[in-house]
Amino acid sequence: MLEIKDLHAVINGKEILKGINLTVRPGEIHALMGQNGAGKSTLSNVLVGNPAYEVTQGSVLFNGKDLLAMKPEERAHEGLFLSFQQPVEIPGVSMVNFMRAALNAKRKYQGLEPMNAGDFLKLMREKRKIVELDSKLANRSVNEGFSGGEKKRNEIFQMAMLEPTLSILDETDSGLDVDALRIVAEGFNKLRTPQTSALVITHYQRLLDYLKPDVVHVLLGGRIVKTGGPELALEIENKGFDWIKAETESLQGI
Amino acid sequence: MEDKNKFVKEVAEKKYEYGFTSDIQTEIIEKGLNEDVVRLISSKKEEPEWLLEFRLKAFRYWQTQEQPEWGHLKMPEIDYQAISYYADPTKGNKKDGSKSLDDIDPELMKTFDKLGIPLEERLALSGTAVDAVLDSVSVKTTFKEKLSERGIIFCSISEAVREYPDLVRQYIGSVVPYRDNYFAALNSAVFSDGSFVYIPKGVRCPMELSTYFRINARNTGQFERTLIVCDDGGYVSYLEGCTAPMRDENQLHAAIVEIVVGANAEVKYSTVQNWYPGDAEGKGGVLNLVTKRGHLRGANSKLSWTQVETGSAITWKYPSCILSGENSQAEFYSVAVTNNYQQADTGTKMIHLGRNTRSTIISKGISAGKSQNSYRGLVRVAPSAEGARNYSSCDSLLLGSTCGAHTFPYMDIHNDSAIVEHEATTSKISEEQLFYCNQRGIPTEEAVGLIVNGYAKDVINKLPMEFAVEAQKLLSVSLEGTVG
Amino acid sequence: MNSEQQYIDLFTQCRDMIDRHSAPLLNGQRQKAFEEFCRQGFPSKKVERYKYTDLAEAFAPDFGLNLNRLEIPVNPYEAFKCDVPNLSTSLYFLVNDAFYEKALPAVSLPEGVVVCSLKQAAEFYPELVASRYAHLARVEKDAINALNTMLAQDGLFVYVPDGVVLDRALQIVTILRSDVDLMVNRRVLIVLGKRAEAKILFCDHAANDRQFLTTQVVEVYAAEGAHLELYDLEETHARNRRFSNVYIDQAADSSVTSANITLLGGLTRNRTDVTLSGVRAEVNLYGCVVGDKEQHVDNNTLIDHRAEYGTSNQLYKYVLDDRATGAFAGRILVRENAQHSVSNERNANLCSTKEAHMYTQPMLEIYADDVKCSHGATVGQLDEQALFYMQQRGISREEARMLLKFAFVGEVIDAIALEALRDRLHHLVEKRFRGELSRCAGCRLCPPEL
Repeated sequence: MLEIKDLHAVINGKEILKGINLTVRPGEIHALMGQNGAGKSTLSNVLVGNPAYEVTQGSVLFNGKDLLAMKPEERAHEGLFLSFQQPVEIPGVSMVNFMRAALNAKRKYQGLEPMNAGDFLKLMREKRKIVELDSKLANRSVNEGFSGGEKKRNEIFQMAMLEPTLSILDETDSGLDVDALRIVAEGFNKLRTPQTSALVITHYQRLLDYLKPDVVHVLLGGRIVKTGGPELALEIENKGFDWIKAETESLQGI
Repeated sequence: MEDKNKFVKEVAEKKYEYGFTSDIQTEIIEKGLNEDVVRLISSKKEEPEWLLEFRLKAFRYWQTQEQPEWGHLKMPEIDYQAISYYADPTKGNKKDGSKSLDDIDPELMKTFDKLGIPLEERLALSGTAVDAVLDSVSVKTTFKEKLSERGIIFCSISEAVREYPDLVRQYIGSVVPYRDNYFAALNSAVFSDGSFVYIPKGVRCPMELSTYFRINARNTGQFERTLIVCDDGGYVSYLEGCTAPMRDENQLHAAIVEIVVGANAEVKYSTVQNWYPGDAEGKGGVLNLVTKRGHLRGANSKLSWTQVETGSAITWKYPSCILSGENSQAEFYSVAVTNNYQQADTGTKMIHLGRNTRSTIISKGISAGKSQNSYRGLVRVAPSAEGARNYSSCDSLLLGSTCGAHTFPYMDIHNDSAIVEHEATTSKISEEQLFYCNQRGIPTEEAVGLIVNGYAKDVINKLPMEFAVEAQKLLSVSLEGTVG
Repeated sequence: MNSEQQYIDLFTQCRDMIDRHSAPLLNGQRQKAFEEFCRQGFPSKKVERYKYTDLAEAFAPDFGLNLNRLEIPVNPYEAFKCDVPNLSTSLYFLVNDAFYEKALPAVSLPEGVVVCSLKQAAEFYPELVASRYAHLARVEKDAINALNTMLAQDGLFVYVPDGVVLDRALQIVTILRSDVDLMVNRRVLIVLGKRAEAKILFCDHAANDRQFLTTQVVEVYAAEGAHLELYDLEETHARNRRFSNVYIDQAADSSVTSANITLLGGLTRNRTDVTLSGVRAEVNLYGCVVGDKEQHVDNNTLIDHRAEYGTSNQLYKYVLDDRATGAFAGRILVRENAQHSVSNERNANLCSTKEAHMYTQPMLEIYADDVKCSHGATVGQLDEQALFYMQQRGISREEARMLLKFAFVGEVIDAIALEALRDRLHHLVEKRFRGELSRCAGCRLCPPEL
């Protein structure tokens, strides 16, 4: 589904990604761990086409198509979704108008007619329940005045509306209390199908307890330095990152 | 805390302490203004022909113009024929132009001593080089030799005309042309003295340069002219201070400051203006009508204006920046205090011409008594100024119900990539703040001083240390008796 | 250029004709207005208030005037389809400057309420008109006032007596219609008695593509406790020049909201001059401008706080595209005895192209110390982060820009109290941004885009 080969990327002239190789198959959940500055968020931003980041080398195929050649919205239409680490507030644009524009843009891309208003509102109501999002929030402007937890729930709600095939959760657990984390994670699990995959960026095990990743990667200095099963995440939870750092350095003979 | 309060109280009780006059033998030319007077000034200063021509052109232009009326000011009628345009306190006992300390009239030395301005280098506390200007003439410039070792020129403009005519001729009038405005034309015709600074390529000036201006003689105007050229990669911090004696009639002060900033160069220009503001009934005081402008010519150049305006009966000045160089940055920080019958109409113009130019404007107006205090500013983003940014914040504080505080910002935006923001507020000192101070044992008058100083802190902090202390004192003095 | 002369000549030559087709009460003000106009002439751009709009140039062309009051053949119902769904209004028409008697609403107004031609009002209700006509819009102060007072023959009069509340909004559709290039001098007088309440919606239309030059002077009196909402929606065309001066005088405890929505026009200049004469008076001024092509829109306001505890709010938003020019100058004056005044002013602008120009000039002039005043002005672009967020959700960049622009001016429209009108305006603004408002909303007679 997703094939990243030797991906290099820079922001403000500084190279952050230095050769990422990663393959995600349908139905898989990959966890991406690593310390701050390792390049986790850069990877997610590059994948969804944030213009602030520049790809200098490498390729990314998404369902066999050249992802990097697509505009951000085309990537979304193809089924790629990013749950932002810090969702931006958009004053004055109501959630309803926003979601309708997003959904109908995707339908248009798929050659479908726009959804009629009644069906759309019904869909909104249904999907809202998945993350227990208050109906009042749905009538407000996008993310405006939402608490940290509400913003994250709103991201998962949008995921539910748009039904992506590959979701990237960029520190979706940060700033969430235990209950909010459970709601978000369970919401995500309800949306899973054998065809949908996810890339989960996190520092902590607690989100992974819910999501049960198939593969765990550790990102260090812009490269994936270690890949393992779910047990790797537990090991990091117990021992931190330093042993991986040491291991990597000794491997590189530094 | 207590000591600090005591200090504030002490200064708060002071009157205008620079109001003395000095009995210095001064050569003053006849009152009045005509072409002959312009020629006379030029010949007294033994100027080259090109400069006389410059003066005459300016004078002829000035004659065709009328005094502007657009400021939020009630300007008294100025009789330009009742003013003497040249007063030279150094001519009392000496003929030649050299000014070693021994040659200076002892009275004159005393004058600057009283003002706390060290003309003797050994007395200089903080390594500040000083150019002292009394009436129309520069009396003494300190630390000249030390500076010249690095190629820095710091002298009076008259001396610069003699010694470095090419430099002066190249830059004078290049930032403020004589046609710029009525008072600029007048100054260009009759300017007497002022300071000249040249910082060569890549040189950081090792000390603060400073000019003290003082009007002493009766019925004279002061028309100084300052020119600062900071070549590529240079740096200089320049301070300007002013005082005048108490006189019943208005004294006219129409100055020009021109600054040229090269690529990667930086100039900081700080002013503490404390001309005599007139008495409590609004009699007398200096009419301070000044044109100050800097041209940020080179890429990555920086210019910052900081001003604390507490004096003058009328202040009319808008230190401005023309941002031509790419990525150039300009700042304007201002505190203007008006009390009694003072009027201030001050602010800045930021003209963005180059790409990615940035400007910041922070203005704090404080009005008391029956005074009027206006901020007037212009931010213009030209079509060429891709990516220009401006942030302006203008706050006014009113102490009393008989004064006025006004803001007149203009924004002309001609480029869609510009981001320009302006904010302004007007308020009074909150009762809660005062009560809180009172409850802690601070009398109201002191509390006002503290709060006002806190209010102006953003700007005062931009001043060099010793100027900041002076500015704080001045703020308290100027507001004395405003709480009743 | 001496633009004044043709108006001076016109008045001198046609004075009898002007008087004959107007009312003595209006005629009584002409001489003084004429003298003032001769004395002042059109202000140059050096005059602060007219810095951004060149009057001499705007008034230079030779326009026809309908001084003989010939009836213009127009069926307003045919022209008019810009009704506001779900808003039942009492509908009136003004064709050019004339009150259209042949189409009056079927539902009658509450007892004592008057909505009629100004000329008629001057004859039938002189006691209501005489003490108010040309009292706020002083001819000494402004050349447009002088010119309008000198030439205006008719217009609209609205009177709501003490204590009367108008449930239905009054909708006044002004239609510009002529077979030659036409100058129109329209006059409006609105008087609200104590605790009276009214909502008035002006819809400004042009029924054909002739050049029009309109001067409109509106005087509004809100007595103690009166409540007025005044909406003015301009949807004309690129060859229209509109000069509207609105003067509002508010007594104690009165509340007035006035909104200028400029969707289509050529040259638009709206002056709104509010005097808060009585204590606790409150005024809200809103402006929403969508400008493109060569459009020029200049909103100029003055709020004069003369009494204690007054409140004023101003919110103006501009979206400028192509080569459009926008200007906003908002002056707040707080006089010495207007203690405890609260005044806020905000102007935010979006320029979408390099050729679009915005001039903004907020002014605070404060003479009282116990006040809270603030103003803010910004010029900027759409938020890149927000644009990207929307793209990530699959919304095209163009559509995302549209949504953000729409949200940007939406803030002004949301401030409108009349819900049905608010919905209608949201719809109109959206259509405008999508380029679908090339004809004004649904008028059959409106010309296609020029």
